[in-house]
Amino acid sequence: MLNVKEVSQRYPGSKQYALQDITLTVGSGEFVFLVGQSGAGKSTLLRLLFREYLPSSGLITYRGRNLARFNGRELLNYRRKIGMVFQDFRLLKQKTVFENVAFALEVVGHSPQAVRKAVPEALAQVGLLDRRHAFPAELSGGEQQRVGIARAMVRKPQLILADEPTGNVDPDTALQLMELFAAINKTGTTIVIATHASDMVDRLRQRVVQLERGRVVRDDKRGGYVGEL
Amino acid sequence: MNFNSLRYSLRQGIVSLRRNTILALVTTTMVAISLGVLGGFMLLSANVRHVVRTIESNVEIAVFAAMDADVTALYSQLSTLQSVREVILVPRDEGLRELGLALGDAELFQVFTPQNNPLPDVFRVRVRAAAEVSSAAEAIRGMPGVDTVDYGEEIVAQLLAITRWASSLFVATSALLGFGAIFLVIAIIRLSVMARQEEIGVMKYLGASNGFIRLPFFLEGTVMGLLGALLASLVLWLLYDALSASVQNMALPLLLTPVTGIALLGPIFGGILILGTAVGAFGSLLAIRRYLHDH
Repeated sequence: MLNVKEVSQRYPGSKQYALQDITLTVGSGEFVFLVGQSGAGKSTLLRLLFREYLPSSGLITYRGRNLARFNGRELLNYRRKIGMVFQDFRLLKQKTVFENVAFALEVVGHSPQAVRKAVPEALAQVGLLDRRHAFPAELSGGEQQRVGIARAMVRKPQLILADEPTGNVDPDTALQLMELFAAINKTGTTIVIATHASDMVDRLRQRVVQLERGRVVRDDKRGGYVGEL
Repeated sequence: MNFNSLRYSLRQGIVSLRRNTILALVTTTMVAISLGVLGGFMLLSANVRHVVRTIESNVEIAVFAAMDADVTALYSQLSTLQSVREVILVPRDEGLRELGLALGDAELFQVFTPQNNPLPDVFRVRVRAAAEVSSAAEAIRGMPGVDTVDYGEEIVAQLLAITRWASSLFVATSALLGFGAIFLVIAIIRLSVMARQEEIGVMKYLGASNGFIRLPFFLEGTVMGLLGALLASLVLWLLYDALSASVQNMALPLLLTPVTGIALLGPIFGGILILGTAVGAFGSLLAIRRYLHDH
């Protein structure tokens, strides 16, 4: 599905590489943990996969197509196949839980009827249907992240990219969130999660790609968390 | 962008205007003031042009015959000029009487007899078109028996100079006011964009197109521009109506009547509406531009 080939990334004005010579493949329906210390390049890699920007060198392809060659319309279509989940949730404070999830459908032009059908389904899946009228400030961190996950999955994306999704929640909640991701993955959605949460990584026994100083140092099919993080 | 997106954007534009009512009112008022002053200049300019045209079309060429001129021959010569519409002969004794009346002391002029009347015979010549005044005057100057030709060219020249000056001032002021209005709209929309920066970021992550993100701001700016233009037009219309009524009541000479016809005022007020809307739309597009750069 996604092919990363010899990708390096250096930010403007910086002499150091955020990523250096990364090569990896993410297959359709895979569940991949990107692990590594802060500054190892996990978030940079996620952003490159989202094509938030282009790599300094190297090639990233999606189903054989070079992301760098996408025109405006193709880029939009590509991003619409991806659900993003953030550490800081990025929910809109003035919108209710329902409206936040509905937003993902409205911005791509879904009809109100489609919104009314899809949003309750997504909220039920993350166990927040009864909180649909609440505002983000009225929710716990875990609940807010569930809304973030519901928003990411409501369009039934092919790929979910999550950047430290459990970074702001307690371990129990983190485990529940990871189980939620695993459940979504079982429906066929490819999931790539950048995380520090070693417990989760160990427990889920999924593929682990470990980065260190911008390089892939380990790619383990049924890995756990190795090393000091 | 489909119908659902359009409906969503419209709703967002209205919500944003409602949420930032005071800011929107300030912008609308500032746009209205800029456009109002601009419209005032346009009306002033239209009136100056109108006065100049009226004066030009009423210009009369006064042809003073030489004392020994053959008046009848000169009359027929003047009448045969193609550009001439009308020739009126004011004989010297009639001229003397008119001068006495004009100076308010007819008796004083009774000392003059036809023999010692110092005034010459005068022809009042009117041409068919204002533009032909100077060429007709030149042709008449060359005719035998003509002493002096006068058509108030200094007045016309002065009026033309005033029009030119007013036009330059109008263009400069319009440009300044236009830019001022655009920058105001940009500043206000930018505040609105900044207030919604987080939302714009989320929208981009959710795959919203630039057009979709832009549309609510575009609508917001356009509505503010249009409302400002409507407000400016309304105030200007009321002021102009009152002012032109009072000028007409002053019973000034015919050539100083203000412009009131819809053919002349229509383009000015229409122009204000179009300009206001364009300023709002263009300003909002400029304001949002830098937030939509793709990496």
